[in-house]
Amino acid sequence: MKIVVAIKQVPERDAPVRIAASRKWIDESDLQWAMNEPDAYALEEALLLKEQAGGEVVVVSAGPERVGSTIREALAKGADRAIHILCDDLNARDALGVARLLAAAVKPENPDLVLTGLQSEDVGLGQTGVIVAELLGLPHATMILHVEKTGAGLRVKRELEEGWFQSIELPTPAVLTVQSGGNKLRYATLMGIKRAKTKELRTVSAAEFGPDGASTVVLEQIAAPKKQKSTQILPGSAKEAAAALVEKLKTEARVL
Amino acid sequence: MSILLVLEESSGKIRRASWEALAAALRLGPAESTTAVVIGAKTEALAAEAATRPVGKVVRVEHPLLANYTADGFLLALEQLIGTEEPEYVVFPHTYQVRDYAPALACRFGQELIGDVVGIDDGPVFTRQLMQGRLIGSYRHSGNGPCFVSVQAGAFRPDSNVAGPDSSASAASAPITTFTPTIDSAQIRTKPGEPFRASHQTVDLSTAQRIVSVGRGIKEAQNLPIVQELATALGAELAASRPICDNGWLPMERQVGSSGQTVAPRLYLAVGISGAIQHLVGMKGSQCIVAINKDPDAPIFEVADYGIVGDLFEVVPALTEALRAAKQ
Repeated sequence: MKIVVAIKQVPERDAPVRIAASRKWIDESDLQWAMNEPDAYALEEALLLKEQAGGEVVVVSAGPERVGSTIREALAKGADRAIHILCDDLNARDALGVARLLAAAVKPENPDLVLTGLQSEDVGLGQTGVIVAELLGLPHATMILHVEKTGAGLRVKRELEEGWFQSIELPTPAVLTVQSGGNKLRYATLMGIKRAKTKELRTVSAAEFGPDGASTVVLEQIAAPKKQKSTQILPGSAKEAAAALVEKLKTEARVL
Repeated sequence: MSILLVLEESSGKIRRASWEALAAALRLGPAESTTAVVIGAKTEALAAEAATRPVGKVVRVEHPLLANYTADGFLLALEQLIGTEEPEYVVFPHTYQVRDYAPALACRFGQELIGDVVGIDDGPVFTRQLMQGRLIGSYRHSGNGPCFVSVQAGAFRPDSNVAGPDSSASAASAPITTFTPTIDSAQIRTKPGEPFRASHQTVDLSTAQRIVSVGRGIKEAQNLPIVQELATALGAELAASRPICDNGWLPMERQVGSSGQTVAPRLYLAVGISGAIQHLVGMKGSQCIVAINKDPDAPIFEVADYGIVGDLFEVVPALTEALRAAKQ
């Protein structure tokens, strides 16, 4: 089975978030970057499928040059080769614009399966995979925890709300968005890191896929959230704050 | 001005999230301009329920192939309906089902869904969270064509006549029409199975009076006992945010949030939980919320009544000790 996994590089989870002077996006200087976690689960599912049924895992990622480090990480974990869609204005494109880039890169590969995380941890739109399926004319399913190959296609475990699940059968080729937690993420081995250096990493310019369509949705401004409640922050050392909290819970909130 | 509001049902009833989406739709235009849409193989009862709410009309999108949700079926049906109705806005509740098909539906009209909306201001300007709730973004629709919007649970409060039938005008009922889409069974490519629950449920967090919930800040599974001790000292159930259960450190049934349980205890104490919206929707109805986190900008503090900004590895044992001392 030939599997393409679309991955995104996002700011590391604990990275401090500062709003850029333009107020259109965050200040990216001095940020640490990481693989979007749901995409890491998608990659893991692809690697497990390859181990069971053979085939090839191709990673595709769009973004500026720094994205190369996340692509190398995917290759080190076991992906066979990669396509980097070089694009310096990823944040300025809406999900439809990003999905167009990814679909253009995926199409000539003719994969049996396209996997990606259900959403990104930065903008969190949760739409890219579904739009890629639509653009490629392929069936899709979202929030997938487990993929199993059957004679005719795939059987997948889909997460529903409030602890419910559902099994779905669908033919290949197909697009799936992967929910986190369905498998256990592997670490890259030293050997894997070494091998990654010799694997094919093809860079294509976003411009090669034609002009970007106009965005239909524009992010005008970002800001810090407004507080919904006035929080009493209890100051002092851990011990002082803990004692003050117990007192408040007893006498003010009356929940003890 | 015309608004199409797509309602979602569960076990034959319209879900509350749908009425929250109606409350949001009423921010975009008056009730008369809103068309409520129910979809399925048998929609008579759903349509009757919708007709009692403040909407201009109700459309039953009915077809035998819509008995069970499939993205292909819903996409075909709604694409045809939108083509006929030509609304300016298409509004959905931001449910897992909507997330499965609405982005593709918008794409068919050359549009992008403004998803997960938590606020609508004049303009209209739509706000949604970014960076796991640490920032909010303001979005504007600029395309020619319908504007697709999905509404986050808990963000818009339906007032009484949106949430329930308007008793003062019980005779008033919106007109109901039926729309029959053209769907061929060959166009439906996925075969959905019946929903099922994980093997057995042994904890019911929804009835707990006190909950201590732990998140990513705990770093390692071997650090969990300090939080368990705090829960014991408080007489509380132990719960967790999604990453803890994803890692298998606590069973899935102890997960609070949109993919886990929704809880509303008297006391909810969040330890090392940053407070992404998926978690907040599962616990923000709690009576008293306490957050312990090292990041003063963590979104959990936006809903907390009390907060301690500090290292949980110092604060949690100190709190356990203070609670034990207070009992004596």
